[in-house]
Parts: sequence; C-alpha cells; structure tokens
Amino acid sequence: MIKKIISIFLILIPINAFALIEVDITRGNLNPLPLAVSPLSIDETSKKEFEKILKKQNIGSEISLIVENNLKTSGLFNPLDKKAFLQAPDIANLKPRFEDWNLIKAQALITGKVNYIDSKLRVEFRLWDVLAAKEMMALAFTTVPTNWRRVGHIISDKVYERLTGEKGYFDTRIIYVSEEGPKTQRIKKLAIMDQDGENNTFLTLGNELVLTPRFNPASQMVTYLSYFKNMPRVYLLDIETGTQEVVGDFPGMTFAPRFSPDGKKIIMSFAKDGKSDIYTMDLENRIVEKITNHPSIDTSPSYSPDGKYITFNSDRSGYQQIYVMKNDGSDVKRISFGNGLYGTPVWSPRGDLIAFTKLHKGKFYIGVMRTDGSGERLLTENYYQEAPSWSPNGRVLIFYRETKTNSKGEGFSAKLWSIDLTGYNERQIKTPTDASDPSWSSLLSN
Amino acid sequence: MRLSKIFKNSLLILTACLILSACATKKEVATTDSIKGQMQGDVYTGTDTVEYLAEGVPDRVFFATNESILTTASRETLRAQAAWLRKNPSINVVLEGHADERGTREYNLALGERRANAAKDYLMTYGVSSDRITVLSYGKERPVDSGSNPLAWSKNRRSVTVKAN
Repeated sequence: MIKKIISIFLILIPINAFALIEVDITRGNLNPLPLAVSPLSIDETSKKEFEKILKKQNIGSEISLIVENNLKTSGLFNPLDKKAFLQAPDIANLKPRFEDWNLIKAQALITGKVNYIDSKLRVEFRLWDVLAAKEMMALAFTTVPTNWRRVGHIISDKVYERLTGEKGYFDTRIIYVSEEGPKTQRIKKLAIMDQDGENNTFLTLGNELVLTPRFNPASQMVTYLSYFKNMPRVYLLDIETGTQEVVGDFPGMTFAPRFSPDGKKIIMSFAKDGKSDIYTMDLENRIVEKITNHPSIDTSPSYSPDGKYITFNSDRSGYQQIYVMKNDGSDVKRISFGNGLYGTPVWSPRGDLIAFTKLHKGKFYIGVMRTDGSGERLLTENYYQEAPSWSPNGRVLIFYRETKTNSKGEGFSAKLWSIDLTGYNERQIKTPTDASDPSWSSLLSN
Repeated sequence: MRLSKIFKNSLLILTACLILSACATKKEVATTDSIKGQMQGDVYTGTDTVEYLAEGVPDRVFFATNESILTTASRETLRAQAAWLRKNPSINVVLEGHADERGTREYNLALGERRANAAKDYLMTYGVSSDRITVLSYGKERPVDSGSNPLAWSKNRRSVTVKAN
C-alpha cells in the first residue's frame, strides 16, 4: 500500500499551441473524437530490461493500452484500431506523416517513446493535431519502473485536459467495500484499486463489518464505519501506513462520515435515543461540534467545495428529503420537492450540483440537481442503486447497484457502475468480488 | 367554453387513471397468496423467523416500512420480555435494530437505531433498567430473509432482543 510518487516530473517542452481541436463535452458519447494512440516506441535494450523487471513483453505498448482504454471509457474519445495505422511508432514520434493519419480519420494523434535509463523508466509523449499538422503538447516523465501504470494514467490526464479544457480523472483510485458470501451473512472488506480496476488490494480482513469508506480530498487518508468489537464507530485510516483510530469518543453509533474539503474535519452522524444528528470533529484539536439538533434522522452530510455549506438528508418533514444549511447548522432549507424519497446527497467538486439517490415507486434513481433543488435530472433507473461519488473533475459519478433476488432469495449481486454527468456512457467497473460504497480519490498528481 | 370542455375531459381521464392504478395495486396484493395471514398492513405477523428467549417470550418485534412505531402485537411481545427480564435480573440484553433493503444504507443505519430504541423505551417503561440494555443498529446489513419481496422485507424490519451474557 505504498504510494510511489513519480520521482522526477520534468516538462520537456512547454505547452505553447492553442487548442485547435475541440471536444464537445456537453454531449457525452454521442460524438466521440476519433484519435490514434500509436504504441510508445521502445528500443531493444530497454525492452529487455523492462521485461526482466516488470514481466511485460513490451512496456511501450502496455502504457499505450492504458491511455487508449482511459480515453475510450471517458466516452469522449474514440481510439482507432491500431491495425489501420500506416506509420511505425518510432518514426511517427519523430515526425508524423499527417496525411496517413488523416486518411484513417484520426483528428488527434498520440506518439511517444520509452527508455530504460539508470534503472529508471523514462517516458516521452507527444500530442498532435492531425488536421492542423501541429504538435499540441510534449512531455517527459522519469520514474521508477513499477510506476508504469501511473505514467499511462498521467498521460491520459494530460491529453484529456489539453483536448477538453477540463482536468482529467485517470490518475486516481477508488476505495470501496468488497462483498462476499450469502446476503444474510455478507463478509465485507475495505478494498482499493486504480480507477480502471487494476491494482486491487484489500485493506481489511473481513473479520468485522465495514461500510462507507470515503477519501480525504486533500490526502490519501480514508474515513469509514467499522463494527469492530460490535461497536459501530467512525474510523480514520491512513492507507499508506495502515494505522487507524476511532474518530471521537461518542457513547453510541457514529456513521456516515466524510471529510471537509480541506481534509481537516470529519463530518458524520451520531445516533442516540432514536435520533441522529450531524457532528463535526476537527482532526487537529479534536474539538467536536454539534451541527444539527432535531428529533429526526439527520444523516449523509456532505460539504460544498468551499466548505461554507453542508447538504444532508433528513426525515424531519416525515420522509427522507435533501436539505442544505450553512456550515454552522443555521439556515436549514429543504431542496428536494419531487415525488419520492431523496437521500445520499453529495456536493459536486465543481460546486454547482448535488448528486443524490432517489426512491420512487419501487425504483431507485441516481440523479443530480442544482444546489437550490432546481433542474433535477435523473441519470439512471434500476431496481436498487445508491451512493453516488464524484470523479475529482465533477464529470463522472460512480455508484453501486444491487440485483433483485428470485423467490428463493438467490441471484444477489452488487457491482460498481459509473455514468457520465450527461446520463450517457453507463459502465460497470470490474472488481474481483462483489462491490459497494465506492469513493473516488482526488488526482494523485497534478 | 371549449377550453373548459377539454379540461373536463382530461380531468375525467385523470380520474379514470387513478381508479385503474388503485385497482392494479389492490390486485397485486391479493394475488400474493404467501403473504396472506403473515402480514397485517406491511408488518410481519408470522412466526417463521422468531426465536424465544424463554417459553412464551418471543425475541423480536416487527415494523412497517420506514416506521418505528410499535404495534399492539409488538407491545405484547415486549411486555413479555420485560417480565422475563425482571425475573432474571442478572441478564443484560442487546437490542439489534434492522431495516429492509429498500433504503439507502446510512439512513437505514439510523432507522435501525430508532427501531431498537423504540423497543428499549418500552422495556424501560415496564421496569427494565436502561443500564441493562445496549442498542445496536445493523441497518440493512443483516437480513434474515434474502428475498427481494414484500414478505421478506417485512421479516427484515425488526428489533431483536439478544442476551448479552
């Protein structure tokens, strides 16, 4: 669980071209941009060295595959079939023959090369505008070889940002709850993986029930609910050292934790005598503050990105609905007024939207609304799904979905899914076991 | 004149729709034979999953969807539990509150806690000291019936009294 930081991050040539290609990001995958990801070229010596260290036959092609896969799953790009490529990777990286790439209808081209230098992995890549016959970007990275996947993700982020004008979300991780066993005795473990499902690692053994892990947006810390010793409490976990501690000293169940945007506080619910209120705890001075005080159930709190507001769900109206209040608990306003029940509000990292789960007439929906409750849009409907979590650029939502069992109680499964903010590009994210409660990390590098 | 006629017609259609949909719901409930006699409203009244703390002392009470109100039957069960606990002063209990799968996870944790507390309050009214009772919510994490149907859900909306020692 050691995060290896890209040791040297060197910009070869500064970005100087203007954005010539435009990707329409308001429409999702209706019109993905055709682009060519030429495999990163590699010399024979480097190839052999990396094969020894990483057990990968051609690390250049492997890194390109990561880039291709990321861009494809975003729904905004259509990576073209490599069989149609006319120019060899090494020559393309020196000077693409734009007519060739134009011929296969590529609008953008990614080329590059990989070298083994002083036991390190050096990757250089270039992004070309095929129609304008111009280089748009060139970057090089040097890092330890085992970081090769991250290099692929960082290249993807750079290309995404250059072509869409928005930050990417590929060099990120997902923490979630791995599930196994019969529905009546589910074994749950914390697990973490790269955003594309690779490098899956389990963080707990499954001895106690664990739920709702959430990343600290400012670091690689996690807060979650554990039933350790049959006492459901909010915990703080450092995923790099594995150390953990209980958050606060509450005489009862604490749950539904999330970090404040600066990562310095945890906001959560504390249940006592049949009512649940929202509390915060400052992680530096350990001061606990009570934010709501109402006989109802107030839970699932989430801060606005500026930290000034909190959205949460409450049944104070008689049914579960979404509310927004100031961060001191004042000025509570209900914002959900549609038909049905509303829960799990999460503020978008862009600040303009709140994602939620809605239950109406036996169906569950993932949707978004503006922070005043207007403009409700339901993105997906199913038998059971909940708990959306935003990608760090506020573009994609990840959530989990459970299937209905048959009359014998068989056929249960829980899986992670993602969907674009536009409601297009719904995808299942592969996990080695059943999975629920996903939370998306911030970008690991910037 | 014409406008009001259109309005009237659409109102008629709307009423017809409402009646139809009401019928549809009723029919659905009536045809599910297995539910008959095991549920009142949507509260479980059967004994399939019930265990006993002692003879005549059922260990659990059931709730309606999204509710934590104790039914008449639940209160009777809890009075029996209170009487048994008064007779056995050395026994402490954990009240485990549960919800069905048709709700968001965090809200259900709170709802389970609320249900277990409804049971706790009632036991206390009947003379059981609060320091003998611990409340523990499992939300929807530990269903007894893994089915995805109204009867299974009704069995899962429960508060179970478990001996702690």
